[in-house]
Amino acid sequence: MDFAFTPEQDELRSQARSFLAAHPEPSWAELAGLGWTGVSVPEELGGAGLGFLEEAVLVEEMGRALTHAPFWSTVAVVLPALPPELQAQVAAGEASWTLALGPLVPDLDTATRIAVVGGDSIWELDGAGREMLQTNDATRPLGVVTGGSAGRRLAGSELLPRMRTRSRAALALEACGVGARALELAVAYAKEREQFGRPIGVYQAISHPLATTYMELELARSLALWAAWCIAVDDPQAGLAAAAAKAQCAEAAVAACERSIQAHGGIGFTWEHVLHRLYKRALWIQSWDASGAQLRSEVAARLLDGEGE
Amino acid sequence: MDLRDTPDEARFRAELRDWLAASLPDGLRGHRGGAARFEGEAVREWSRALYEAGYAGLTWPKEYGGGGCPYSYQAIFLEEMARAEAPHHLGVIGLGMAGPTIIAHGSEAQKARHLSRILSADEIWCQGFSEPGAGSDLSAVRTSARLEADRFVVDGQKVWSSFAHIADWCLLLTRSDPGSERHAGLTYLIVDMRSPGVEVRPLRQMTGEAEFNEIFFSAVEVPVENVLGEVGGGWQVAMTTLLHERGTLGFALTAALEVAVRKLIELAQDRGATATQRDAIAREWIELQGLRFTAYRSLSALMKTGVPGPEGSILKLQWSEANQRLGKLALELLAQDAQLLADNAPYGGYWQHHQLRSRGNTIEAGTSEILRNIVAERVLGLPRSR
Ligand SMILES: Cc1cc2nc3c(=O)[nH]c(=O)nc-3n(C[C@H](O)[C@H](O)[C@H](O)COP(=O)(O)OP(=O)(O)OC[C@H]3O[C@@H](n4cnc5c(N)ncnc54)[C@H](O)[C@@H]3O)c2cc1C
Repeated sequence: MDFAFTPEQDELRSQARSFLAAHPEPSWAELAGLGWTGVSVPEELGGAGLGFLEEAVLVEEMGRALTHAPFWSTVAVVLPALPPELQAQVAAGEASWTLALGPLVPDLDTATRIAVVGGDSIWELDGAGREMLQTNDATRPLGVVTGGSAGRRLAGSELLPRMRTRSRAALALEACGVGARALELAVAYAKEREQFGRPIGVYQAISHPLATTYMELELARSLALWAAWCIAVDDPQAGLAAAAAKAQCAEAAVAACERSIQAHGGIGFTWEHVLHRLYKRALWIQSWDASGAQLRSEVAARLLDGEGE
Repeated sequence: MDLRDTPDEARFRAELRDWLAASLPDGLRGHRGGAARFEGEAVREWSRALYEAGYAGLTWPKEYGGGGCPYSYQAIFLEEMARAEAPHHLGVIGLGMAGPTIIAHGSEAQKARHLSRILSADEIWCQGFSEPGAGSDLSAVRTSARLEADRFVVDGQKVWSSFAHIADWCLLLTRSDPGSERHAGLTYLIVDMRSPGVEVRPLRQMTGEAEFNEIFFSAVEVPVENVLGEVGGGWQVAMTTLLHERGTLGFALTAALEVAVRKLIELAQDRGATATQRDAIAREWIELQGLRFTAYRSLSALMKTGVPGPEGSILKLQWSEANQRLGKLALELLAQDAQLLADNAPYGGYWQHHQLRSRGNTIEAGTSEILRNIVAERVLGLPRSR
């Protein structure tokens, strides 16, 4: 039993954290140059030949940095459906992808190519128009596609449950990054801001909700890492773990942002402060694919009715 | 990262599972816990069987009768015990607190005298920390220890002392310097509960049982060789005890919660659950997994670096609150039958007992408020509230 990252994975995390802090708006080519877009692509296709745990590290850091690049869409969602030469293009930074599963399509402003599901297959969508919508979270906007036709067949649609599991686990990890940053901001502010002659962090009405936030985020993060590990080793519990993780991590991240906003007082309510952007990403994650209540009803069906076993 | 057992761990788990299947008496399986488990000799015999099979003190050094195993073996042991619904070793305080404190601070004579007897359940221990005027603020203890030649003379009162009514020995935090305040001037003694002047009065809890007690000390003589650590250095020793109380408990708590969640699921299957209740049950199952994997993370850090990860500080806090929610949820599923007790009650009153007993969980071993203070100050680095 070993539930710790390797030194290489820790190194990847600190590299990602410092790069993203210095380059808040990295281009796709820059991410490819770092080897991140191909982190799980086989070495013979120009990737690093690593796995979902390394993707997990990157996704968590990109959540923390609110990276506006189609990394989740491309790497966590679409990549497993791509044939080898298209995976090589992703690793090389020549293409990025999004999956149009319903009417609202994420990352449509940045992803260069679009996958769609039709019949028993996943196809590339050719020649479609793109229309961006006004949305809450500017770092992961939504759009709609118009027209277009099925181009190249990418994979069979039996891959969809696996893609969904990866998507959920990755969103859970992003949420952990978002929540951790919101908590750090609150802690830093509670140490520095003084009222009534003392730092506000001495008041338990401030410190205890932050302690609760820490507790919720750590528990949620354990679920997200469990899901990531299940995916990395193809464990049969991966789907259940990812559903549990997405439910818990999204809610923990939303609560972390809300408590952080409250601990900041007026400044936390402003457009200038980063908190509302973290909050909006957390809300985005919570609403995407399935809400906490929907995911828990899937989990309850497994536990109580023996479904999906 | 690999959440699977290593080959050695898998072998240990398989042997343990076989041993439990063969050795656990049927009458003890699924034991409800609570005070009933101290009645009669059955649990003491079971504790001795655990010891003889090498399962008591798995992580203690071999020289003191322990197993010298890595911490992961203790985690596996607790998981498998819970899975088999086997009762714990009788010496909860001895194994969890007295032993580790003696290993850390004890003299060779103390180690030789007590450690193996703790493992074999020949000695039962209790913890005499809390007093009427010193609860969350342990540094307010006033029970006095006066040095007279080669012995301390102890006067004072302790309260809420679990197992004192069956204990042979007590971990006693005293004030040896009458002029001292707070953390200074404290001395940690190990006291023979059969000494003249020790009086134990059981206190009845809201469950109707008496698991904890008042202890009165009047002119109790304690030989100086029973000082644990330094005279006047009791606070540091007490912190070791509390570290073990709060730290290594994580897996035991998770394992116990797992049994309760399994029973909750069976209850919902038997009796049916509304959509809201199904949501709540799924949430508790998810939170249990979060707790379990957080305990794994903390354990991995402990095995790699020798200190548990900071995430370990939330295990008891989370567990106690989850355990309370479970009890309430179960009673809701039982509806009016929740009012029935003992033989009249479904499942022998397991849930009625669970629900009431769980109210103590957020008070014992540090209240939730104190644990939040600890997370805020020591993990998040916020300024101290006191
Ligand atoms: C089932 C059970 C078993 C126990 N077993 C033992 C045992 O074996 N040995 C032993 O020594 N003790 C034992 N205890 C005692 C336990 O450790 C104390 O009850 C606990 O530390 C709280 O102390 P208190 O009861 O004096 O409450 P108080 O400390 O008076 O607390 C009252 C309330 O005030 C809150 N409070 C206190 N200080 C602060 C603060 N700084 N900030 C915010 N809130 C605060 C508390 O959280 C609590 O809600 C046991 C208790 C229980 C319930």
